[in-house]
Amino acid sequence: MSEHKTIQQTEDEIVEEFSLFDSWEDKYEYIIDMGKKLPLLEDKHKLDENKVRGCQSTVWLVSEYKDGVIYFKADSDAVIVKGLISMLIRVLSGHTPDEIIETNLGFIQKIGMTTHLAQTRANGLLSMVKQMKNFALAYKIKNSTTHGERSAETKSN
Amino acid sequence: MIESNTIKKGLDVQAIRQQFPALDRQVKGHPLVYFDNAATTQKPQVVIDALVDYYSNYNANVHRGIHTLAEEATAAFEASRNAAQQFINAASREEIIFTRGTTEGINLVAYTWGRQNIKAGDEIIITEMEHHSNIVPWQMLCEEKGAVLKMIPQQNGELLLDEYKKLLSSKTKLVSVVHVSNALGTVNPVEEIIRLAHQAGALVMIDGAQSTVHLDIDVQAMDCDFFAFSSHKVYGPTGIGVLYGKKHLLEAMPPFQGGGEMIKEVTLQKTTYADLPYKFEAGTPNIGDAAVLKAALEFVNKIGKEKIRNHENELLAYATEQLVQLPGLRIIGTAANKVSVASFVIDKVHPQDVGILLDNRGIAVRTGHHCAQPLMHCYGIPGTIRASFAMYNTKEEVDKLIEGLHKALKMLL
Repeated sequence: MSEHKTIQQTEDEIVEEFSLFDSWEDKYEYIIDMGKKLPLLEDKHKLDENKVRGCQSTVWLVSEYKDGVIYFKADSDAVIVKGLISMLIRVLSGHTPDEIIETNLGFIQKIGMTTHLAQTRANGLLSMVKQMKNFALAYKIKNSTTHGERSAETKSN
Repeated sequence: MIESNTIKKGLDVQAIRQQFPALDRQVKGHPLVYFDNAATTQKPQVVIDALVDYYSNYNANVHRGIHTLAEEATAAFEASRNAAQQFINAASREEIIFTRGTTEGINLVAYTWGRQNIKAGDEIIITEMEHHSNIVPWQMLCEEKGAVLKMIPQQNGELLLDEYKKLLSSKTKLVSVVHVSNALGTVNPVEEIIRLAHQAGALVMIDGAQSTVHLDIDVQAMDCDFFAFSSHKVYGPTGIGVLYGKKHLLEAMPPFQGGGEMIKEVTLQKTTYADLPYKFEAGTPNIGDAAVLKAALEFVNKIGKEKIRNHENELLAYATEQLVQLPGLRIIGTAANKVSVASFVIDKVHPQDVGILLDNRGIAVRTGHHCAQPLMHCYGIPGTIRASFAMYNTKEEVDKLIEGLHKALKMLL
């Protein structure tokens, strides 16, 4: 029922879940667990044009625009990155382009994962956020005229 | 805690550690364990002090000034050149060119000697285990000139010399080889490689970025034509390095860049170039870092490379022995002759995940392709986890790495 929640509500939910953990190990175990549970991306999407640049690991990200909202799917060969993406998908998937463009994803800081957002960090969470926002921007510009899976043509520079 | 077996060999690691202020810091609530020495070494207090002293007391531009500060800065700058000459046993100080680092040294040779001497159909030989900095400059040169770039293959971290012999021919103009592999730790048999190249009439460039800190370097005995290294991997500052070249070769080469410092006389019609080494040092050089290089090299000399090497080899053997006991762990690069580097992969685990979890315990390792993608392709892996050791590392730190790996695997698998 995540489509009924606002981005902020899902963020608050994640922050609350993380507040139960005292140690960094528990937090990472939870992220790793989420990574392992993220549904696998079909091989047909594992294309070069769906790769997110700026990551040491390989990250594939695809999006689908349906009934005015965007759905994201992603995968990675590194499980921590997968866990981080899985949180982003949980927060952003099912929302309108405008909602996605406007959010600042404050939960990442609140759960203490800010270092993963650093420009220099090789795991590229920042690149993933940018890429998701770029998709939103592209769909907004094309103004919901196209349906179906899409990815490459909406990639920004 | 004092390690008895290192005292026996004469290296007082605890005394050395006290000279490196960075080793005192905490990372994420843990004492730093710094195992990324192949990327860059930490700096001893004497180097930090020398840098502060330069900027506090005798900062001035070199070679041109008539005043006291300019003379002092010039003297320190040139004293470092002498120290570098001795460090690699070059025949003369004119053969020591200051660069920004190994990468610039290789590029300098590619742009000057390469452009002057490489023609269409000529061949340049490198190896499969090169850092990108010893691949890309030659690719660019070959593309420009219509020359051919060939690679000596490797197996289990060792170059296949029989294959190398087959590659050599009268078309070979240059062989450019990494002395010690940054990704594998292999010490390559450069003397043999150089001898064979010279027999075929080719010149040899040695990438000494990883070797200079561990091995005794004697460019005359080695008989290489060019040799490049970086200060920051030898406990010195970043942004300064050395290119060695045989004098007659450097003299015949055109300048790299034009500007001040590198000229004898300039008229609008014609410029005559300065003598060696200044012909290759256009513009105001990196004076401060160059002046300090001497302090770093003296620091290493004072402790002694042999003692340092023995200590590092002991750590490498100790680490390797324990690493191979981890389930699913495979050492990448098992050459008989190795220094300092333990590079490995673990089944079903991405190196990056391990790196992130180790960092949370204050343990700094490098993960990824180590700027050696062709080599990673050979092994069919995206990258490795690399722990690389320096004079200040201890067995206790290796134990922390092993414990950290056990805990990381428990979380990841």
